Amino acid sequence: MDDTIIDKLSHYIASQILKQPNRQLSSTEPLISSGLIDSFSLVDLALYVEDTYGVRIDDTELNADTFDTLERLAIIIQDRSE
Amino acid sequence: MITIPEILIDSYQDVPDQIAIHLLYQDKPPRAVSYHQLFLGSVGFAQALKEANIQPGEVVILILDHGEDLVYAFFGSILHGAIPSIMPFLTEKLSPEKYRQSLQALIEITSPGAIVTDQDFINDVELAINVSSSIKSVLIASNITLSNDVVPDHYHGSRSSPENIALLQHSSGTTGLQKGVALSHRAIINQLDNYSSAIKLRADDVIVSWLPLYHDMGLIAGFVLPVLSRVPLVLLSPFDWVRAPHKLLRAISEYKGTLSWLPNFAYNFCAQKIRERDLADIDLSSWRAVINCSEPIHWSSHKMFLERFSAYGFRKDALASSYAMAENVFAVTQGGIDSALTIDIIDGDALRSEQIATPSKKNPKAVKMISSGRCLTNTQLRILDDQGEPLPERKIGEVAIKSDCMLTGYYNRPDLTQKAFNDGWYLTGDLGYLVNDELFITGRKKDLIIVGGKNIYPQDVERLAGEVDGVHPGRVVAFGIFNQRTGTEDVVVIAESNPKSVEDRYNIADEIRSVVTKNSDIALRNVNVVERGWLLKTSSGKIARLANKYKYMEEMQNV
Repeated sequence: MDDTIIDKLSHYIASQILKQPNRQLSSTEPLISSGLIDSFSLVDLALYVEDTYGVRIDDTELNADTFDTLERLAIIIQDRSE
Repeated sequence: MITIPEILIDSYQDVPDQIAIHLLYQDKPPRAVSYHQLFLGSVGFAQALKEANIQPGEVVILILDHGEDLVYAFFGSILHGAIPSIMPFLTEKLSPEKYRQSLQALIEITSPGAIVTDQDFINDVELAINVSSSIKSVLIASNITLSNDVVPDHYHGSRSSPENIALLQHSSGTTGLQKGVALSHRAIINQLDNYSSAIKLRADDVIVSWLPLYHDMGLIAGFVLPVLSRVPLVLLSPFDWVRAPHKLLRAISEYKGTLSWLPNFAYNFCAQKIRERDLADIDLSSWRAVINCSEPIHWSSHKMFLERFSAYGFRKDALASSYAMAENVFAVTQGGIDSALTIDIIDGDALRSEQIATPSKKNPKAVKMISSGRCLTNTQLRILDDQGEPLPERKIGEVAIKSDCMLTGYYNRPDLTQKAFNDGWYLTGDLGYLVNDELFITGRKKDLIIVGGKNIYPQDVERLAGEVDGVHPGRVVAFGIFNQRTGTEDVVVIAESNPKSVEDRYNIADEIRSVVTKNSDIALRNVNVVERGWLLKTSSGKIARLANKYKYMEEMQNV
């Protein structure tokens, strides 16, 4: 597991989506099912992932079944960048 | 005077092969539903309700996802003479327990005879039903099939009177659920007739909508109006649109869409969150009116939308606006159809301090106000002062309306209905002014928050936040602050507590965020945990929302 991906995503979500730059997100914390990331911010996250890692996340994948934690999202990013 | 079932029967007989609705899906091909299929599908549900012993005049709650079943269940209920009420679907972030409580509250208020839902959802629904409730049957939509046995005048609904209630519309939240807006056939048809003229609706129009059907804008403008007017509707799911906003533009381009309604935030959302590659080959030149409605209209949002999409054929004269509310079925005013939207440039200071809209072109603090247009021909409008007396042009006061398409009442709540009217005039709680009979909305008298077109009652948020450990009971305030970037309001919560540490303060704020989101489907933008004594109170000891909002805004400026 690449911790730098998790750290970077965590920083983006905390500062840009939650507007709490000092907040630390754990890699296993539920993001979507907990309501932490609301549906209006899911597109932002997908755009950020694509711009940063060149990995596309389809709109059909923007749900808790595909990724609900930073850990899951980081795995998707790693798998697709290979 | 005719009724909705008669219109459905006429369309079935006159234009059976015409497409009523193109349903678009995320994971399967579009489905085109003709008036023939629409009627057969609706008859299937009408028969199922009859077999379940549901009587005309009884409420039927519909909890269904985007798709054919929702369409048929809605019109089938009306065809049976029952009263459909569409309830939002359970989203993944909302706690099932809280959803059940909302459903229970809705059942208590409306005493429905039946609930129609999906297989996936049946367990949650069953759990919400008490033994003593009015519910006679829970119907699973997938078990109900199109009927082949159609006798047009055979259904209870074809004997409905224009005065009968045709449908109920609810806002969400504990407070909103208490106010089920009951609309008669007469009111709905009067609205459709007058609104069709206001927007110059034609048979060759194509309406495209992603709006949810549990909200007046989606239900009336984006569903009932096109279907009953024989104007093709292209319907997307709100769930899909929020994840892929370009699909709205793609639908306009592919189906040569001419009309859409959007809440203000959607202009920002589309302008900011669509990738260039998703716009390849898109042609928006068929779009003749995009009507901004259901939350305050901002010039900056229109500008952003125009700048982004003019390269794709979007025309400036397609920008339009409307002031609407469920209590008037839908629209009260319409602007931007015959001529460009009027923009009134006024003095922002005079607006706040003297409650007057003074034209002020050169002032650097000038505010650009966008007109909501003129009243529909069947609707009268007045601006009233605090004593209920009409005010002259450019003076700001409460908007009051009167029409032949008003609600019959808040369902089973005659007390609330009586309170809403004064001498036959419905008091909207919105503030605005008139110039040349054009309405400009400036704010709200009531403490309502509107996020993305959805009404949020601050008392619901405050009650939930107050349940969090560490928050002083009753020492919480919630309000909305306009966010220029998103084009809608951010919900801010300020709670008094005595946190032991900075970390403790964050934990309490997190807990408030989590409790409010799970229990109300409202995302909080800012949660501030403050020391005891921060919040301002009124002379009667109540927390003053507006005063605290100003205090917060002032502190934010100084940060």
